[in-house]
Amino acid sequence: MEMSTILPILDGTLRSATPLLFACLAGLFSERSGIIDIGLEGKLLIAAFFSASVAAMSGSVWIGALAGIGASLCLSLIHGVASITFRGNQLISGVALNFLASGLTVIVGENWFKLGGRTPQLGGASRFQEITLPFADALRDVPVFGPIYAELISGHTILVYVGLLAVALTWWVLFRTRFGLRLRAVGENPESVDTAGISVVRLRYTAVLIAGVLCGLGGAYLATGLAAGFVKEMSAGRGFIALAALIFAKWRPWYALMACLLFGFLDAVGNRFQRIEVFDVVVPTQFMQALPYILTVVILAGFVGKAIPPRAGGTPYVKER
Amino acid sequence: MEKMPKWVDVALIPLINLFLALVVSGLVVLYIGESPLEAIAIMVNGAVGSTYGWGYTLYYATNFIFTGLAVAVAFQARLFNIGGEGQAAIGGLGVALVCLALPWPHWTLALPFAVAGGALFGAAWAFIPAYLQAKRGSHIVITTIMFNFIASAVLVYLLVNVMKKKGSMAPETARFPEGTFLPSAYDMAGWIGLTFSRSAPLNITFFIAVLCCIGVYILIWRTRLGYQIRAFGQSEPAALYAGISPVKTTVICMLISGGLAGLMGVNAVMGEAERLVIDSVQGAGFVGIAVALMGRSHPMGVFLAGLLFGMLYQGGGELEFEKPAVSREMILVIQALVILFTGALDNMVRMPFERLFGRRKPKSPSKPQPPAGDKTHKAAEPEPVKP
Repeated sequence: MEMSTILPILDGTLRSATPLLFACLAGLFSERSGIIDIGLEGKLLIAAFFSASVAAMSGSVWIGALAGIGASLCLSLIHGVASITFRGNQLISGVALNFLASGLTVIVGENWFKLGGRTPQLGGASRFQEITLPFADALRDVPVFGPIYAELISGHTILVYVGLLAVALTWWVLFRTRFGLRLRAVGENPESVDTAGISVVRLRYTAVLIAGVLCGLGGAYLATGLAAGFVKEMSAGRGFIALAALIFAKWRPWYALMACLLFGFLDAVGNRFQRIEVFDVVVPTQFMQALPYILTVVILAGFVGKAIPPRAGGTPYVKER
Repeated sequence: MEKMPKWVDVALIPLINLFLALVVSGLVVLYIGESPLEAIAIMVNGAVGSTYGWGYTLYYATNFIFTGLAVAVAFQARLFNIGGEGQAAIGGLGVALVCLALPWPHWTLALPFAVAGGALFGAAWAFIPAYLQAKRGSHIVITTIMFNFIASAVLVYLLVNVMKKKGSMAPETARFPEGTFLPSAYDMAGWIGLTFSRSAPLNITFFIAVLCCIGVYILIWRTRLGYQIRAFGQSEPAALYAGISPVKTTVICMLISGGLAGLMGVNAVMGEAERLVIDSVQGAGFVGIAVALMGRSHPMGVFLAGLLFGMLYQGGGELEFEKPAVSREMILVIQALVILFTGALDNMVRMPFERLFGRRKPKSPSKPQPPAGDKTHKAAEPEPVKP
């Protein structure tokens, strides 16, 4: 294959992987603290909607992104109240929030813009613009490195770089800070954390809210970076693919990046080639779309290394008296 | 849990939950600038104000009873089958294959085979997640979610590439032979000399749904297998000690659950569309979760909750028709709030009542809780599932 074929695919990989990455890291924080979050999808969706519509109204993509994060945080808070304070079922709460997001985004969108659930087309300052990194054009003619730098590394919106940084930051927070140690502990053995005099409730709320912020960024990227506006159901299962990537990564940040890039790559390949042949057999596009899910089931089946979730995941913590 | 009168648990708390969900939904309607009371009036009138309304309400209810029973049966074993959507879709495929396989002479012959086809395909789609949960400990919630997506990919592939009617652009199968057309409510009303709306999709499958409710009741509370399922759901170690095989119980329970979801295809594919189209399920698999939660995993409750959601869907459609400002997605919001209040925020309503009725006892949820995480590590062991 030629460089000119590979680079656009890799470029597309990075773009497709970014919303997955934000959602996946969100899930990572939440699940590491023992709160299972299948509402990632809903948070992405509601953040996408609010970031796009507020950006359209205010003309500023940054205010839009803040609104998206705010909306996502609201859902996180509901999830927290339901699953931490009232010790409800975390799975059910997640399911409910997904429906809430897909319903509210259309109703409110229709009410605000009357465009059948869409937001107006974004452009200019109401959308994240692609950033050309320094020397990208100057280095373009350098063999091998030049095109890679100019095409692949340069020329993304800022949120793509934020997403990559978030991986490093997540790793550092989880594995190099006291907070991270406690967060991981509370997902494995909340009793021990409680015994040490640290509030389980506060730790878990913090984790859930961090997840809200990350999903907010992912949703903002979806509607104001990747696309130019919100359309109905635009998260299109990405929250669930992120969940799959999280299992694939076995709840570790760097592996999460790898998993998201892998799923992003599948997406990019599927978008670019309508017809894929492997050894003269045509691979249906539907198979490519289903591949992340199939791979996740295979991983979950434990045939390719076992994925062991945080031990206290899904269990409400009841303080002993 | 002897402290709360039963009527509080099975009637008062669900009603309060439902009321809260409706109040919040009403606020959303108010925000859009419409009157919530007027909206409710339109919905109720649209759902039950005519035989046409009833015909749609009961048609939707039939779908929701099947998927609700599917979730409820799995809940009894504390398994959260979130894959009703995929199982119903594949069940619909099974029904379609049966209907297209032979030039059926009469519906009475086709129906039993279609029922078997739908149940078999639905059950088969639940088998792998069930087996992986039982044997390899793979979280059934995640695997069933994944299987929903895989099912939709499989159906799109089959309808686009394999089963599409020749010469047609639309990704759907040819119309089923006439011998598979099920008697509609109009036909059945005619048999006994009544009139019923001709255009409503309600058909004889409704009675199969009612039979399934009775069947599930007998299965869960009157058979050895049902006892095993409940025992397993309430305490896996105790069930194991009593000689109940966790693997067998999990797999059988999920097969029944998937089969019930698959039966939805008989109603939607054979009874209504009379062909297989893309997305014949239309979210009914997820509504099943709300229905099972509202119905407290009891067949009678599922029946009533299914009816309620049928009204909600039909009424919601009418509401959109009369008040275009309130789009159909309002149903999703109401559904979400019902799941949230009856499922996740249940303790918010329950705790004050427990304090009111109870003397001194540990606070713990007292409804069938699907498993969350690893079965063997429960900090707060939920109370037994008592209908």
